[in-house]
Amino acid sequence: MTDLTSLGVKDIRDGVAKGDFTAREVAESFNAAVAEAAALNAFIVTTPDHALAAADKVDADRAAGKQLGKMAGVPIGMKDLFATHGVQTTAASHILEGFAPRYESTVSQNLWNAGAGMLGKLNLDQFAMGSSNETSYFGNVSSPWRKAGSNAAMSPGGSSGGSSAAVAARIAPAATGTDTGGSIRQPAAFTGICGIKPTYGRCSRWGVVAFASSLDQAGPMARSVEDCAIMLGAMAGFDPKDATSLDMPVPDWEAALNSDLRGKKVGIPREYRMEGTDQAILDSWEQGKAWLKDAGAEIVDVSLPHTKYALPAYYIVAPAEASSNLARYDGVRYGLRDLPDGVGLQDMYAATRAAGFGDEVKRRILIGTYVLSAGFYDAYYTQAQKVRALVARDFERAFQECDVILAPTTPTASFPLGSMNEDPLTMYLNDVFAVPASLAGLPAMSVPATINADGLPLGLQIVGRPFDEQGVLNAGLAIQQRAGFTARPEKWW
Amino acid sequence: MSVDKATVAKIASLARIRMDDAELERMVPELNGILAWVEQLGEVDVTGIEPMAAVIPGTLRLRDDVVDADPLTGGRKQADVLANAPAAEHGFFGVPKVIE
Repeated sequence: MTDLTSLGVKDIRDGVAKGDFTAREVAESFNAAVAEAAALNAFIVTTPDHALAAADKVDADRAAGKQLGKMAGVPIGMKDLFATHGVQTTAASHILEGFAPRYESTVSQNLWNAGAGMLGKLNLDQFAMGSSNETSYFGNVSSPWRKAGSNAAMSPGGSSGGSSAAVAARIAPAATGTDTGGSIRQPAAFTGICGIKPTYGRCSRWGVVAFASSLDQAGPMARSVEDCAIMLGAMAGFDPKDATSLDMPVPDWEAALNSDLRGKKVGIPREYRMEGTDQAILDSWEQGKAWLKDAGAEIVDVSLPHTKYALPAYYIVAPAEASSNLARYDGVRYGLRDLPDGVGLQDMYAATRAAGFGDEVKRRILIGTYVLSAGFYDAYYTQAQKVRALVARDFERAFQECDVILAPTTPTASFPLGSMNEDPLTMYLNDVFAVPASLAGLPAMSVPATINADGLPLGLQIVGRPFDEQGVLNAGLAIQQRAGFTARPEKWW
Repeated sequence: MSVDKATVAKIASLARIRMDDAELERMVPELNGILAWVEQLGEVDVTGIEPMAAVIPGTLRLRDDVVDADPLTGGRKQADVLANAPAAEHGFFGVPKVIE
């Protein structure tokens, strides 16, 4: 029998439906692979029983001749930012350790309704703040990839680093991610997998631990464009419980996949040609253009003049929203409480938050508190919101001249864990190509393009118009078909 | 603009995060590095530009004015609400004495 852990979402779903194997066999294979892979530290908790129960239900439904869901029989990893009923949900922070929600997030519930099961809760950067998965209270995640000839542990990217590591290592066929400023696309690029952040509002934020509410958006991470299309279809949908949820029908992205790009225009933003970008990344970008041209598209130059200001604007807007969102962790209603002897309420708050939050989270709360404080609000926060409007307007204008935009996902390949800790700013710069689409709320995807001289994956990014996930997926598929990316990490764990 | 140790202490107090001297000292250059970098936003001409708060312009929906319209977020959830509280007492959230 084929090694079931080598299969992706589509092959598992179709194989279960046809009766080539049972959902239980699939769940058992992945549960075993997860149990073997503790060295990656991809999961904070594993939930093999959840995966088996979901699989048994799919097998029973199939035996009873019932219609099976879009994700029937597919066990997935759930980023530990989604509230899961009765299963610890931490956002990788000590302050939520032991928190067992009494409700289920809309996105995870949608996936269970579609027949998926849960292998476990995936590690991430604490409160999704980080680009290397080194800020988790539960330890760093190791990428399954290593540089050729080296045993140094590499970063799986972040914040969805447990998700990217698990999918790349084939201990999960797919995983959920969330993207606030690149947290799906950058880890996908670092680990040679696909990931799409849909238009802001496509996936409900209800039950997702909030970081920066005007930016946070969930999306799938998987090893093919088709698998992303299937899983996004299961995750998305209008939710009255999220005030910013898009009240629009969810298209059948999987059915409409089409890599024939004749008549389509692909924009190349000239401002993305930045200093400090690896030559291999620039080469892969050129290759990407050639692939899309081969698929029938016309390549056009476009300009996004405010690109260089997107990242600094993001590092005001996101921490400002975070400082407000994270005010809820007070040691009263849930999570950690640190109550030193004889102190009052205010000191309990301060002690609890000091003990519960990690350094990067504290840093961002302080920045956010500062830029929102009296006297600085207009100079920092209002100015950043205006620059955000200009970044969005740049895209609007560019999309009058093209249908999708092609750019690198990251300026470099993955780096060794611990190598970027000197200065928080150098880490922030890794999201320079990812953040503009987040600020504008646009659908954007990373697809693997090639591997560099060190044997590490590089990704290409496609950004689309609002609501045009289909255009993004189609261009991604055209790249996937031509890139022929089959490299996979050698098993060392 | 840049911050000194006293300013960081003030911000930390506003954010209700206890920080000792060593932590405050460490935060000063880190925050100043970030603030100096975001300063470049001042170069951008934003004349006539409205600050953007939401990417998808939309009107806030009102739900039907019905009790427990969605049972998941409706009432009678006391046990669920208190289930994760570090110190639930007599059906309430317990906190240290507030009035001196």
